[in-house]
Amino acid sequence: MSKQLTIRTMPQEDMLTSGHGACGGCGLSTAVNNVLRVLGPDTIVYAPASCFLVFSAQYPISALKVPFIYSAFENTGAVISGISAGLRRQGKASYVVGFAGDGGTFDIGLQALSGAAERNDDVLYVCVDNEAYMNTGTQRSGSTPFGAWTTTTPVGKVIQGKRQHKKDLMSVIAAQEVPYAATLSIAHPGDFLRKVEKAKGKRGFRFLHIMTPCTSGWKTEPSATYELARLAVETGMWTLYEIEDGAKRITYRPKEMVPVENYLKMQGRFKHMSKEDIETLQKWICKKWKMHYEPDMVSPVPRSEEEELSMVEEDNEGI
Amino acid sequence: MKVKVLSGDHAVAHAVKLCKVDVIPTYPITPQTLIIEKISDFIFDGEFDATFMHADSEHSAMSMAVGASATGVRTFTATASQGLALMHEMLYVAPQTRLPIVMANVNRSLGAGSGIWAEYNDSMPERESGWMQVYVEDCQEAMDAIIQAYRVAEDHRVMLPMMVCLDAFVLSHTVEKVLVPEQSEVDAFLPRFRPMNYLDTSNPKFINIAVSPAHSMEMRYQMDHLMRGVAPFIDEVDEEFSKMFGRRYGGVIEEYRMEDADYALMTLGTATSTARVAVDELRAEGRKVGLIKLRFMRPFPHERLRRALEHVKAFGVFDRSISMNGFGPVFTEARNSLYGTGVPVTDHIAGIGGRDLTVQMFKEMFQRIEDSVKGGGRDCYWHGLRGEQI
Ligand SMILES: Cc1ncc(C[n+]2csc(CCOP(=O)(O)OP(=O)(O)O)c2C)c(N)n1
Ligand code: SF4
Repeated sequence: MSKQLTIRTMPQEDMLTSGHGACGGCGLSTAVNNVLRVLGPDTIVYAPASCFLVFSAQYPISALKVPFIYSAFENTGAVISGISAGLRRQGKASYVVGFAGDGGTFDIGLQALSGAAERNDDVLYVCVDNEAYMNTGTQRSGSTPFGAWTTTTPVGKVIQGKRQHKKDLMSVIAAQEVPYAATLSIAHPGDFLRKVEKAKGKRGFRFLHIMTPCTSGWKTEPSATYELARLAVETGMWTLYEIEDGAKRITYRPKEMVPVENYLKMQGRFKHMSKEDIETLQKWICKKWKMHYEPDMVSPVPRSEEEELSMVEEDNEGI
Repeated sequence: MKVKVLSGDHAVAHAVKLCKVDVIPTYPITPQTLIIEKISDFIFDGEFDATFMHADSEHSAMSMAVGASATGVRTFTATASQGLALMHEMLYVAPQTRLPIVMANVNRSLGAGSGIWAEYNDSMPERESGWMQVYVEDCQEAMDAIIQAYRVAEDHRVMLPMMVCLDAFVLSHTVEKVLVPEQSEVDAFLPRFRPMNYLDTSNPKFINIAVSPAHSMEMRYQMDHLMRGVAPFIDEVDEEFSKMFGRRYGGVIEEYRMEDADYALMTLGTATSTARVAVDELRAEGRKVGLIKLRFMRPFPHERLRRALEHVKAFGVFDRSISMNGFGPVFTEARNSLYGTGVPVTDHIAGIGGRDLTVQMFKEMFQRIEDSVKGGGRDCYWHGLRGEQI
């Protein structure tokens, strides 16, 4: 097996150049840039309506060095399938990737996503999940966590924040038995790069779900992005695993469950949360934690001690 | 050339095969289904080398068509009614991004008061989208219009998508004798698709990104300008088509017994065949009537129409759709064409929801048109209503 990519050996050429219009500390731009670095210049990008679309290009300038097309909000799964079909028809092997937000994936785009997965079209679908409709000003999506403030789940006198838990999208994808699906965090770059590389090396429908902290929608400091992404995993708000040809593997397991409050208190969107609501969220996390980390059900990827050490070292560097 | 007995839908499917289309995303809807079923038969039997895509909806089918066409391959899809409505958002992408997708739309009524029969209320609202629209009269024209459509759409002076519209059942499911051209003839008429701008990693470009007010108005202006200038190319292609295949359709409009006509009616789709009979019978009675077959709703043939009607005393327009405020869309366009000429123009709405159209009905329309020169009548008549509504 060829040597796996690390933060030191990864391609350094940016496909998303600096000067784009994302907010400072945007987790989404970091995620997109690093996925594209691994995919390289022979890649065609589709962006639905989202922050990514708006911050990466405005006629007549673009921050992307690769070909790029947009058409609507709900059709990432379908457009990338069409691009892939057109390319394969001409014997071209370029990678086709769609970067859709959580709204464009969990909600309005679910049908087209599921269609592409069911047909096993040869595409990479990346959901950059900032847990709300950010481009239209932080409205709630199916991905927004329980309790969170958004502009359509405001902190009212009677109801405070969102009343439903985050949709388990990965389970929906997993149920469709796709060749590869994985969850990623920008705070775990070693794991991140390995998963992107793995997705790159496979054919058929591949899905990457990346948690991407958002400074303006989460009401956080730009400097906190990395720490938030890290804490999300340590608290169990986000779990890192992959599903390869039906086999699910946890790829990182926190040593112990950090109370969710530590994560919540760093973010303006949760600052109103009552004790009861925090408890409700914590209970939900415990259930999920059990589901993902229960040793009988899944086991971490077996690795040599040396590998494990280098991973920890890398994952502390950030990308 | 072979002679085959084909339905309108199957004629379209044969044409798609003859045009060597590369990618065909599809989603079924009555009465379009015969098209995609036949195409899938061709492909699954190995008779036609194309990529058939099973979309999860019409919105996705058009999204796939946009994606595929943007890579520079010849693309086709087909729909009707509710399916076209679901595509609405995506229809606006192909023209502005200059993707020459060809789509068959089998015209059928839309929405509540649902029915699956012929009516143009599905495609007429989409005339604002930037798609060219041709309405065909019979199975032969359905086949030929697809071949012509690719030739026009892919011309570098045009590069716009085209919708080939055929009447539900009256045409989609009616079988007729059709002359099917040889592959070599179609190859000689229709060159390989040469895309202009496409997704290519060796020459990265972006297609359709956010546009500020500083540029968007010019882009719309250019599109409008382009559409207004397309009619001559359509006439040109029809002329070349006639040299190769021996059949001509007149380009954007076809005139029938118009040479010395005092009174003219304009029809579109299968109604034209019925109206021709009415014209022949009235001519036999010595009435100086003529017929204009409207082929293209976009580009609308304003100039050709004005020229064709220079000598008429009165003009009527048949509409198989209604723009809920008194008039049909074809009438509105045609009256614009004739604005300032002083020729009285009346609207004749009939055949709504698949209601039968009879020769007698078209004779009544001509009577109303003749009467309109005296003044005092109405602008808009509904023909064939049951009961006491009128
Ligand atoms: C059919 C349709 N409905 C609504 C919109 C408005 N819209 C544009 S972007 C957007 C939110 C995008 O949210 P998400 O997918 O989560 O991406 P983010 O902006 O957060 O990156 C919405 C609602 C649209 N463009 N199209
Ligand atoms: S709103 Fe959030 S996701 Fe969008 S650009 Fe800003 S930080 Fe990034």
